[in-house]
Amino acid sequence: MSALNDLTLAGALKGLAAKDFSSRELTQAHLDAMGAAGQLNAYLVTTAERALTMADASDARRANAKTGPLDGIPLGIKDLFCTKGVRTTAGSKILGDFTPPYESTVSANLWRDGAVMLGKLNMDEFAMGSSNENSAFGPVVNPWRANGETQALVPGGSSGGSAAAVAANLCLGATATDTGGSIRQPASFTGTVGVKPTYGRCSRYGIVAFASSLDQAGPITRTVEDAAIMLRSMSGYDPKDSTSINADVPDFAAACTRSLKGLRIGIPKEYRVEGMPAEIEKIWADGIDWLRAEGCEIVDVSLPHTQYALPAYYIIAPAEASSNLARYDGMRYGVRVDGADLTETYEKSRGAGFGEEVRRRIMIGAYVLSAGFYDAYYIRAQKVRARIAEDFNAVFTQCDALLTPTAPSAAFGINAKFNDPIKMYLNDIFTVTANLAGLPGISVPASLDSSGLPLGLQVIGKAMDEETCFAVGGALERAAGFNAKPGKWW
Amino acid sequence: MFTAERVADKSDWITTETGDWEIIIGLEIHAQVASKAKLFSGAATEYGAEPNTQVSLVDAAMPGLLPVLNEYCVEQAVRTGMGMKAQINAFSRFDRKNYFYPDLPQGYQISQLYHPIVGEGEMLVELGDGEAITVGIERLHLEQDAGKSIHDLDPNATYVDLNRCGVALMEIVSKPDMRSAREAAAYVRKLRALVRYLGTCDGDMEKGNLRADVNVSVRRPGGDLGTRCEIKNLNSMRFIQHAIEYEARRQIEILEDGGEIDQETRLYNTDTGETRTMRSKEDAHDYRYFPDPDLLPVKLSKEWLDNVAADLPELPDEKKIRYVKDFGLSDYDASVLVSDREKAAYYEEVADGNDKKLAANWVLNEVFGKLNKENVEINDCPVSSAANKAIVGMISDDVISGKIAKQVFEICWTEGGEPTAIVEERGLKQVTDTGAIEAMIDDIIAANPDQAAKVKDKPKTLGWFVGQVMQASKGKANPQAVNKLLREKLLD
Repeated sequence: MSALNDLTLAGALKGLAAKDFSSRELTQAHLDAMGAAGQLNAYLVTTAERALTMADASDARRANAKTGPLDGIPLGIKDLFCTKGVRTTAGSKILGDFTPPYESTVSANLWRDGAVMLGKLNMDEFAMGSSNENSAFGPVVNPWRANGETQALVPGGSSGGSAAAVAANLCLGATATDTGGSIRQPASFTGTVGVKPTYGRCSRYGIVAFASSLDQAGPITRTVEDAAIMLRSMSGYDPKDSTSINADVPDFAAACTRSLKGLRIGIPKEYRVEGMPAEIEKIWADGIDWLRAEGCEIVDVSLPHTQYALPAYYIIAPAEASSNLARYDGMRYGVRVDGADLTETYEKSRGAGFGEEVRRRIMIGAYVLSAGFYDAYYIRAQKVRARIAEDFNAVFTQCDALLTPTAPSAAFGINAKFNDPIKMYLNDIFTVTANLAGLPGISVPASLDSSGLPLGLQVIGKAMDEETCFAVGGALERAAGFNAKPGKWW
Repeated sequence: MFTAERVADKSDWITTETGDWEIIIGLEIHAQVASKAKLFSGAATEYGAEPNTQVSLVDAAMPGLLPVLNEYCVEQAVRTGMGMKAQINAFSRFDRKNYFYPDLPQGYQISQLYHPIVGEGEMLVELGDGEAITVGIERLHLEQDAGKSIHDLDPNATYVDLNRCGVALMEIVSKPDMRSAREAAAYVRKLRALVRYLGTCDGDMEKGNLRADVNVSVRRPGGDLGTRCEIKNLNSMRFIQHAIEYEARRQIEILEDGGEIDQETRLYNTDTGETRTMRSKEDAHDYRYFPDPDLLPVKLSKEWLDNVAADLPELPDEKKIRYVKDFGLSDYDASVLVSDREKAAYYEEVADGNDKKLAANWVLNEVFGKLNKENVEINDCPVSSAANKAIVGMISDDVISGKIAKQVFEICWTEGGEPTAIVEERGLKQVTDTGAIEAMIDDIIAANPDQAAKVKDKPKTLGWFVGQVMQASKGKANPQAVNKLLREKLLD
């Protein structure tokens, strides 16, 4: 029998239900694996004691046949989610020892459904980054290595800790957040499944804000079904978040095996970017073939404003961030470095607390919002955003979902792009559009490239239609037969 | 369009050696919404609580916490806008005004720059002498108040109280339509009365629940507009008027010395009565306004707006028209009575079932006169409206004379009690029994034959007899009856 932490989330639920093992055993197996995986730097905090207490409580509920949909399932939580009584850093030094006296709605929903918290996962500082190299607590290392290589690769970002932990079997699933691709891109880099639901599907309450109009929580798991199960628990209307959507949460897992017969899949020509590796072209073509074989109709479509999405994103997201991060001023919590006067105290505190990329984005954001530039940058970017949403609306009259690659490359080496922000920003090229339009997207591992690194395909659906994403994602998963695992070197 | 062409009344001009000047004034009133909870959090708004005891996680800007709009505050803003006969915007939105300060935990104030909830309107402002001006309203928007920085507790530190942080304010911006401190004061008084009628703000200036930023510039009467200065945070009628007058003279002095006015923000020193620079235009913040992505636009349906409109109370202007038209009151009396919701309500209770004009005279002269003299607020008046209603009723019914009525009112004020019972117990009822009065008259005539003989030649001396009879009756004789009988006996 394989180790308990090698199970899928759905498989573990079955095992728990069949009383093959207890949640305590399952949880302990994960804690052991986490203890041995220090080199990955995926977890910032391990909450072993709490995990075992929660597992025991779950086992007690199971004994009384009073279990929730995720009862006894050990999960990792991205450190952007505030967890009551557990230090929350957002990957930044500026929060110091900040320990929230409140719980994010998404994590609270998971605990309500019986899940067990293993710990808090590393991430790019304030979710700004595509490689997890921007963490104040050191980069996360991708469990995957190129064939025969020992060079450390990035797991993608900003949910690099979540993706690496799931890929290395350090949890059955992890929460993550996606502002421009921060769930889907790391999922693609680590051979895992990542879902960014429709904006408003999950409450943002208690998630440290990066760019409020784009931020959305979602799961990273090892299978499409696992993601569906986890997302169902995470979702739901929350009166504490005015942008959360008041709609019923469907049974996403039921959609994973839905027939695709007659479904129209759009292939946006603008996603065929110059210099895209042939291997990515190939998995995209494979994906098209697999879906055609499932009875889908393949439709060539156009999203003409796609090329403006990335620039618009890198105006809107920093603009919101520059304002959202103003509260880290050293006055009430977190890092404070006293200066000669108030202004100097602000400058020193924020200078000491924020990393380089965060400072860069705050400055970009303050610049694009400043008098005289606001119309030229922010307003323009919002117009582009509206056009992109219109593009999708038009395309969704011709098809039911879109198929694209998730990222323009496989995982790259640590430090390969660290000093070239523009190159780094290009990682989001296929993913930002869904954030700008508020649409759901899923990344599913499709194959390994020639050097043995995973590549993902992305399905973008209509607003509130995650079910079609899961249906298409499930079909891709079955057709791809992707079952590669990273060789354990850590 | 503001009425730039309106020139101030000459009596409001400032005349110096170089000629005449007029003052141009616009006001930004910050009126705290009378709500139990803050604009975007559930924390309480009660005044005077211990520092930092009314602060939610949202107010303290903890990471990941989100604002949720208090719909009650939206309704109060709309009601106030309707009261000002202003455009209500079915679509409005909140923006962030970004700046750093320790009493602003979020690092931004949530306000409404681009799409305020209320647009243009107009207010008729009575100046108290039968004159009135029209003041244009530019907009009303909702915004959060900041916390309070306390600088005088420690020589080396500033303390911050966040109780007020996040409390809902209505910022009401006028057009520069006022031309004197007296007009500005009348506008604030009218606006204060309006929000108190509506119950949307308690108008308590002492607590800072209604305060004004005043924009002042000067020009030659009817000439080109000058550069304005803004004087921040004035929280009394007196300060508003003093600050305007001081500031206008300061600007005139500069201009007459050949200088230029710097557009700047100034502070009024309540001790010295002077204004001083707070920050110049060059130091002005770049607030980097942008729509708050945490909040959805506010969309008001026609049905909702109709319901709010249907629920509005009668407002001062309409009330005044009714008093004049239906009650036959003078324009002036009606204005005074409607100037305050409590006063108008008090009057209407007294007037209920009584002669309206008699009730108005009684309330204005006796009740308000006494309140002013004793410096007592209408709500603390020791004589209830019901008691006054009874007194006025007794005057109408000839049960007591006006003079006795005043006595009864005094007794009620100092000793309390129910007026009809007081009149009964103390035998203050008017004597209308002509027999009894006649007997008194006969006695007085008999005792003063010389005086009686003179009356036919000098009819004015009849008054002396009236006085004698009233004295003999201790004021209780019906004066009309006394007059009539004396005439019959002495003149006919």
